[in-house]
Amino acid sequence: MLGTGFPEASLQSGLARSPAFLGVDAGSTDQGPQALGTGKPLLSREAIRRDLSLLLPAALEHGIPLLVGSAGTSGSDDALDGLWEVLREVAREQGLHPRVALIRAEQEAEQLADELRAGRIHPLGGAPPLEEATLRRARRIVAMMGPEPFQAALDRGADVVLAGRSTDAAIFAAPLLRAGAAPGPAWHVGKILECGAAASTARTAPDGMLGLVDDEGFSVEPLDPEMRCSPLSVAAHALYETPDPTRLVEPPGTLVTADCRYEQAEDGRSVRVTGSAFEPAERYTVKLEGAEFAGYQSVVPAAVRDPLLLRQLDAWTETLLEKIRERARGILGAALEPGSWSVAVRVYGRDGAMGALEPERGLAGHEAMLLFEFTAPEQAQATAIAKSAGLLAMHHPIEGWEGFVNAVAFPYAPYEIERGAVWRFSLNHVWELADPLAPFPITVAEL
Amino acid sequence: MARLHELARLVRSKNAGPFAVTFDLLFDDPATFEAVRDAGVVTAELFARLYGVPEEQVTLVAYEPALAIKATIPRPVASGDLRDTDVFGAQLYGPLVELEVPGVAAPRRRTAGGERR
Repeated sequence: MLGTGFPEASLQSGLARSPAFLGVDAGSTDQGPQALGTGKPLLSREAIRRDLSLLLPAALEHGIPLLVGSAGTSGSDDALDGLWEVLREVAREQGLHPRVALIRAEQEAEQLADELRAGRIHPLGGAPPLEEATLRRARRIVAMMGPEPFQAALDRGADVVLAGRSTDAAIFAAPLLRAGAAPGPAWHVGKILECGAAASTARTAPDGMLGLVDDEGFSVEPLDPEMRCSPLSVAAHALYETPDPTRLVEPPGTLVTADCRYEQAEDGRSVRVTGSAFEPAERYTVKLEGAEFAGYQSVVPAAVRDPLLLRQLDAWTETLLEKIRERARGILGAALEPGSWSVAVRVYGRDGAMGALEPERGLAGHEAMLLFEFTAPEQAQATAIAKSAGLLAMHHPIEGWEGFVNAVAFPYAPYEIERGAVWRFSLNHVWELADPLAPFPITVAEL
Repeated sequence: MARLHELARLVRSKNAGPFAVTFDLLFDDPATFEAVRDAGVVTAELFARLYGVPEEQVTLVAYEPALAIKATIPRPVASGDLRDTDVFGAQLYGPLVELEVPGVAAPRRRTAGGERR
């Protein structure tokens, strides 16, 4: 991913093989909805600048395009503009003058509401049918572009393509399909290259991968000479972050890997893949992603060591949370609309990692961590509740002791931590497109 | 009888998009992969029971080229939403690690401590 880094030597060894293009994915939804909610990238500007400051001159010197997909983690307009600004800085500092295409992927709620009424938006994987109110509540909505907008940008002579939200594999499939590669190998190699060296046997650090595509198949080879791919490591990558390893759904169709053969090449470190197939879809669809505001949050971590308290923890937290809710209503009163705020606790040492899914219900250790969570429409409200709650927790009576107890160990002073705005993913839908280019406007700039 | 961690080279979980979590059981030899696949314990019913989802919402695929068994379930809470406990879906494989697989002998491979048996 752009900004996770790669050794400069790896880039040089890849360039020595005269590649046709450089591609890099810059986005993900793994880290949760806040990147889309805020439009800010997950990784720092400095980390992204470092990678771009190597990739941009490399592409220009070798006269090959640089394609970046899902700019700024979410691929929203703000995220794309942020990456565009970093790219301009790098170009200015190095005296470079690339022709840059920007492809936007953010969508207007009202336009999507029209599409919804026209029956062109469908739920995915058992999600309920979309409501127009959900579209209007979303702070940002992006559509995941396929390869066609990248190809159109290349047709316009772009040296660098900065794209908003795109499928990971489309970044790599786009120039390959444009050059006439068979769709099976083009999509399959794209699915592997988007994660760089992750398909090697032991990825010791983030790094790049070289893909070589021909009419019958493709091979992949880690750029670091110390790393290698095995048939198993490459086949296993088809599993990564996807529900079905044999069928990978993309906007124009489905990559089918069921009949693939993975063979070790003679060099012992690259792997040849044949048999990748691509089934064109009846309808061209792009996935929609949206994030809506879920409130501001403050949290209070507090450890518990008293064996008496540990034995009555559920009953203790239940009465405490009720006391905190009463106090919140007392402090903030009419400012808090019912349903707009919440008070909750997570118990680490019992089901912190899995919550309600945890099959082992008991508390096993000699201590536990309580993580109190206060959510409200405004940060000041969430923090006001947190500040009162900490002291209420500290002295909440423990059955078995008489007098004024001190019940929790706060690791931090002050004990509350402001988390800022919190977000939720609100769309799990696909949008049928008559024209794969229409929702993704392209602008070209000469630097 | 062997435990799953004695048989698999890796058991992991990860989001497959914000609304689903996927479990990979990876093996390093065909015999062990086939034995576990055919032992009748790694089933849609297992995931339905362990993770409280309807059985028909569990996707279970054995992928021979990767010596892998893969299951995908809908997340009970979307990644990063208010009641979510695991944003990446990274630790949800926990209850699978000690799964008992009848009729399969543990091969000579590392155990949980990293030691070779």
